[in-house]
Amino acid sequence: MPLELIANVALGGVLTGLVYGLMALGLSVIYGVVRVVNFAHGEMMTLAMYAAVLLFSQWRIDPLVALLPVAGVMFLAGYALQSVVINPFVSRPEHSQFLLLIAVAIILLNGVLVAFGPDARNALVGYGFDSIALGPVLLDKVRVFAAAAALAGAAALFAFFRFARVGKAIRACADNQLGARVVGLNVKRLYALTFGIGSACVGAAGCMLVLLVDVTPSLGPSLTLLGFVIVIVGGLGSMAGALLGGVLIGLSEALSGLVFSPSAKSMFSFALLVLVLLLRPQGLLGRRA
Amino acid sequence: MAKRDSSLLTAPISRRTFAKVATAAAAAAVTPFNIGRAQGGPLKIGVLLPRSGVQAGLGQSCQRGADIAPAVLKEMGYSFPVELLNADTESSVDVARSRAEKLINEGAHVLTGAFDSGQSAAIAQVAEQKGVPYVINIAAAPQITEQGYQYVFRNFPTSVHLITHGLRLFNDLFDATGVKPKTAVLMHINDTFGQANKKAIDAFMPKMNLPFKIVETISYDPAARDLSVEVSKAKATQAEILMVVTRLNDSILLVREMVKQRWEPMGILSPGSPGMYYEQFYTTLGKYSDYCVTNIPWFNPKAELTPLVTAQFKKQFPGVRVDTYLFDVGFTFEAILIAADAYARAKSSDGKELAAALRTTHIKKRVMIGEPIQFDAKGQNNTNGAACLQNRDGRPVVVLPKEVAEMPPVFPMPGWAARA
Repeated sequence: MPLELIANVALGGVLTGLVYGLMALGLSVIYGVVRVVNFAHGEMMTLAMYAAVLLFSQWRIDPLVALLPVAGVMFLAGYALQSVVINPFVSRPEHSQFLLLIAVAIILLNGVLVAFGPDARNALVGYGFDSIALGPVLLDKVRVFAAAAALAGAAALFAFFRFARVGKAIRACADNQLGARVVGLNVKRLYALTFGIGSACVGAAGCMLVLLVDVTPSLGPSLTLLGFVIVIVGGLGSMAGALLGGVLIGLSEALSGLVFSPSAKSMFSFALLVLVLLLRPQGLLGRRA
Repeated sequence: MAKRDSSLLTAPISRRTFAKVATAAAAAAVTPFNIGRAQGGPLKIGVLLPRSGVQAGLGQSCQRGADIAPAVLKEMGYSFPVELLNADTESSVDVARSRAEKLINEGAHVLTGAFDSGQSAAIAQVAEQKGVPYVINIAAAPQITEQGYQYVFRNFPTSVHLITHGLRLFNDLFDATGVKPKTAVLMHINDTFGQANKKAIDAFMPKMNLPFKIVETISYDPAARDLSVEVSKAKATQAEILMVVTRLNDSILLVREMVKQRWEPMGILSPGSPGMYYEQFYTTLGKYSDYCVTNIPWFNPKAELTPLVTAQFKKQFPGVRVDTYLFDVGFTFEAILIAADAYARAKSSDGKELAAALRTTHIKKRVMIGEPIQFDAKGQNNTNGAACLQNRDGRPVVVLPKEVAEMPPVFPMPGWAARA
C-alpha cells in the first residue's frame, strides 16, 4: 500500500477527528459539571448545522464566520433549557433525566424535519472543492479550516476554564458541589452557564461539521451515538479526553476503512470502545470513580 | 328441577333477531379476506415510498409520479376515480412493513412502491399474506419475484437485466467513441440493491466481452457521511474508469471527493443505478456533474403518453424541472396505470380477481422505453429497454442508442480543471 495513500487517509482522519472532538467536548463539559448526560446532543448539533445552512443560503455567510453567532444563540438556548427544563431533574433518578432529554431530542428532530424537510442540505462554499498539496499528500481545504477552527475553539475553552474566574468557579462546582455552595457560589446559575457553554461548543462544531457532511434531520441520533463513543473512549468529564477520543475515532474510522473495508468503519470504532471499557473503563484520560 | 334463568341466552329468539344475527355473521365471514370490499367505487392505491430518511429525494421524486397519475388516467379515459393512500416508509424496511399493513387496513385495494429493494421485499411479504396485489414501481433485487408470490408484480428490470443492458451499452459507448479503457474500479453501495447489482456484474461481465477488467471492488454504506477513504482507495488503484452503483446522496459525495483528491479517470460510468441524473446532483456539483454516464431504463421521448405525462407534471409542479425526474415519475406512473388497467378489466377490487387481471396485463401505451408491459409466470415484466444517458450542461441527455440519441457521447471526459 503506497505510503502517500496511508498519509492522506490518516491526516484526513485526524482533521475530521478534531471536529468530532469539539462536538464531544460539549457533552463532556456538561456531564463533568452538571452530571447530566445530554441525550439530545446530536439533535442540538443538527439544529446548529441547519442554522449554518440557513445563514449561508440566505445571506451567503460562510459557516466559519457564522460560527460565533450560532454558538452565541446555542449558548442562550442551552442556558434557558438548563434553567427552565433540566434543572428540576438534576437530583432526580437517571432514568428520568434520560427520558426528558430523549423527549427533547425527538422534539428537535421532528421540528427540523417540519421546518426544513427531509432532503440533505449543505453549505457549498467557494473553496468546497479545493485541496492543498503538500508534496504527495493532498489535504482537503475545508477539512483543514474546520480542524483549525476546532482547535481554536478547544483552546479557548481550555483557557476559559483555567484562567477565567467564572471558569474556575465552574470547576469548583464540578469538584465539590457542597463546598462550592458553602463558599457562596450560585450553583444553579453555574450549571446553566455550563450547559450554555456545552451547547455553544455543539453550535460551533455544527458550523464546522456542515462543511464536511450534508445535514438531514435523521443525522442527530448517529451524532449523539458518536459523541458518546468519543467521550467514553476519552473519559467522561475529561476535556482533553474528549479531544483525544475524537482524534482516535476519526483515525480509527479512516484507517480501518483503508486497511479492511469501508463498510466496516463503524465496527472498528465500537471495537475500540469495547477495548477501552474492558481495559480502562474510566476512559483514556478519565479519573477512576 | 332447578328454576331456569331467564337470561338472553335462554330467551326465545324472534325472526327479526335471527335475521340480524345471520346477516352479521355472513358479513364477518367474508370481510377478513377482503372479498366483501366495495365494488365499483374508487380504486384505492396504497403508495409506499421513502419520503424521509436517506432516500428522501428519490422517494419524493417517485411521489410526484403518483400524484400526477389520477389526472393523467382521467385524460386517458379511465372513468373511475383513483384515490391514493400515501405512506412514508422513512427509508426503513421495518417501517415499510408496518405501513403496508396500515394501508391495507385502511382499505387499499392495491399497493405500489417502494423504490428500494429491501423495503419492497418486506411489502411483498405483507401483500402476499393479506392477498392484496402489489405492483412494484422500482426495485431491482431478483429474489423479490423468485418467491413464488401470486400477488406481487414488478414493472422494473431485475438487477440482472439492468446490468446486462448496462454493460452492453458500455460496449456501444466505447465503439461510438473509439476509446477502450483497460482497467476499472467498481464502487458500490452495500445495501440489497447494491449487492444484487454487484452479483449480477460478477456473473455477466465475463460474458459481455468488455475491454476492461475490474481491478478492485470497494463497497460502502449508502448512508455514509464521508467517502474520502473510499475515494482514496479507488484512486490508488490507478484504474482508467470508475464504475459505480450509487444512490443520490452518496453519488454527490463521491464526485465531490474525486474533485478534492484531483482524481480524473477517463469516465464515471454506471451500469444502472440512480443518483447521477437527479436535479440535486446537478445543482450541488455544477460543472463537475457533467459527462457522468448512466445506462438505465429511461422514458421514451417519442411515446404517445409522454406529452400527457410531462404536461400534467408541469401543471402540478410548476417551476420543477421535469427532465431529471422522469425515471422515477415514469415508472411510478406506470405502476399506477397497471393497477388501473387491471381494475378496469377485473371490474372488481377483490384481491384475487385483481391479481388474475394483472397476470393478463398487456399495455401498449406506456411512457418508458420498451415493449408492451406484460408479466411472466413469476410476476416479472421483462420488456423494459435501456438508454445511455450522459450529463451535459446540467441535464441528462440520451446519447445512445443512436436511434433515440439527442447528441453524440463524449468519452473520455474532460478533467476537473479543464471545466473551469
